[in-house]
Amino acid sequence: MQKVPFVTGYLTEHFGDDDYATLAGYRRRGGYEAARKALTEMSAEQIVELVKNAGLQGRGGAGFVTGLKWSFMPKGNDKPKYLVCNADESEPGSFKDRLLLERGPHQIIEGILIAAKATGAEKTFVYIRGEYAHPADVLERAIEECRAAGILGAKCLGSDLAHDVIVTRGAGAYICGEETGLLESLEGKKGQPRKKPPFPAQFGAFGMPTTVNNVETFSHAPHIVKNGAAWFRGFGTEKSPGATVFGVSGLVQRPGLYELPLGTRLDEIVFQHAGGPLPGRKVKGVIPGGMSMPILPVSQLDVPMASEFLRERKTLLGTGGVMVLDDTVCMVRVGCVITYFFRDESCGQCTQCREGTGWLNKIMQRIERGAGSLADLDILLDVAGKMEGQTICAFADAAAWPVQGLLRHFREDFEAHITHGKCPFPQSFEL
Amino acid sequence: MVISAETRARIDAAIAKYPKKRGALLPALHLVQEQTGWITPEAARELATIFDLHPIQVMEVVSFYNMFYDRPQGRHHVHVCTNLSCSLRGSRELLRQLEQHLGIEAGETTKDGRVTLGREECLGACAWAPVLRVDETYHENLDVDAAKRLVDGLE
Ligand SMILES: Cc1cc2nc3c(=O)[nH]c(=O)nc-3n(C[C@H](O)[C@H](O)[C@H](O)COP(=O)(O)O)c2cc1C
Ligand code: SF4
Ligand code: FES
Repeated sequence: MQKVPFVTGYLTEHFGDDDYATLAGYRRRGGYEAARKALTEMSAEQIVELVKNAGLQGRGGAGFVTGLKWSFMPKGNDKPKYLVCNADESEPGSFKDRLLLERGPHQIIEGILIAAKATGAEKTFVYIRGEYAHPADVLERAIEECRAAGILGAKCLGSDLAHDVIVTRGAGAYICGEETGLLESLEGKKGQPRKKPPFPAQFGAFGMPTTVNNVETFSHAPHIVKNGAAWFRGFGTEKSPGATVFGVSGLVQRPGLYELPLGTRLDEIVFQHAGGPLPGRKVKGVIPGGMSMPILPVSQLDVPMASEFLRERKTLLGTGGVMVLDDTVCMVRVGCVITYFFRDESCGQCTQCREGTGWLNKIMQRIERGAGSLADLDILLDVAGKMEGQTICAFADAAAWPVQGLLRHFREDFEAHITHGKCPFPQSFEL
Repeated sequence: MVISAETRARIDAAIAKYPKKRGALLPALHLVQEQTGWITPEAARELATIFDLHPIQVMEVVSFYNMFYDRPQGRHHVHVCTNLSCSLRGSRELLRQLEQHLGIEAGETTKDGRVTLGREECLGACAWAPVLRVDETYHENLDVDAAKRLVDGLE
């Protein structure tokens, strides 16, 4: 059982070395030199410019330009400012952040220090999903090492930056990955997303200016400071620079993690890196970026994994969680699993989302049982359409998109259930 | 007082880390559950006093999160991931077999109070499906027999 990536790159190069998670091991490989440079030789503006020029985009799913986000933080020190590291990773099909936390905790802390200098933040809250008890322990230990070594504290790495990192454990709610749901949860409340504006850069954690970035986003920062913007742009596409850690799961020969440049073709990931389908099977469809992102049929896998290309096929990169489904799989069952998840995890604030996710699941199950009608397919699309772009947060969109994707490419699976009055895929996974 | 002096000291240490006291409510709920297994009404009242809240505000938070419990739990939690990548690799069959083996359904606790069985959404271990979580530890790539042995081995 391979736990470190099958293909490594600058982020995961040393993940096979057990001592890399320790301060000594990290430093032996040049760790904290980039932070030292950022903290002692660069101004906040220079760091922001550098990260902007590198074109780093957030790796938490929405792909916002990181340098630009950092530049939104107000200048001056009249209020405390905070960073949040989003380690909630609960988009189904995503498991890269767990590895980055377990194997590269110091890489994250180094990225946090660079962002702290760039934004003037005095504290970082790492919000980590409750189930990640072990990764949280690994990170806590790394933070303790940094405090003892003066990397964190009143004079980080001997500079005039003061910074500390606090780890907060969540308690099992997908919606706390959405950045304002996260902020509510961090404040000890139900994780119900906030209306925006105001945005976190004005009114964030505990009402203070806050920047939220994903675990992987922070992990890229030291490499950009160390090697420069042009180096970073040497990976990936013009619009989506850098590499990312793709997680491949489902029905393939070699499920696991693969660090590859953005823009790597999806069929290359599925058939070459992950070894293609199980013996005797054929790939039927692939969810390219975590469960919220619309599925692609096998005929459309010749697409570079970068949002500007995926968008042309009506899907997105999301978190880079690639889920592979083969020819035994019933797509109506897939729809049942997906809609059950969203029904269960809706925070209930918006009618379209609360009611819509319930209806999608109910109708999906009715079709799966063989009790659906052709009119149900129109109702599914109608409900999904009404959930888009209407709500406090993007959860409702994320719940609607996969249903639209399934009906766009696998309508015949749905029609077969309706006309046969039962599931026509005897070998499909059990529901 | 149901919250022990030791737990109370750890709650106070957590409060010191946050700009506002209430930021330590989730950490405090984790700590209390570590001590008592679930959030009893008395514990909720005591937490409300510590955090200057009404007990219902504490219970609202408890009920929002899957990992906080408002009723007694088994000594161990066995949670099977039934999200997509795990379902594709047989996790629902695994859960069904464990239900039969333990004589309970997901969401229930064995009569001897040993195990609470549950289903779980994606645990972030999809490549090693099927995955189950026993308390704070992940077990990956499990077949039905290995899972049964694992459950039988719990105290
Ligand atoms: C429903 C929902 C769930 C999300 N879950 C996560 C998550 O688990 N982890 C994450 O980093 N971002 C998640 N996001 C995206 C965050 O809102 C936010 O965009 C991100 O943390 C920003 O960091 P980045 O710019 O570094 O990507 C989620 C968004 C939505 C709408
Ligand atoms: S869209 Fe759904 S999850 Fe988001 S705030 Fe509205 S009800 Fe909550
Ligand atoms: S689907 Fe089970 S761990 Fe992700």
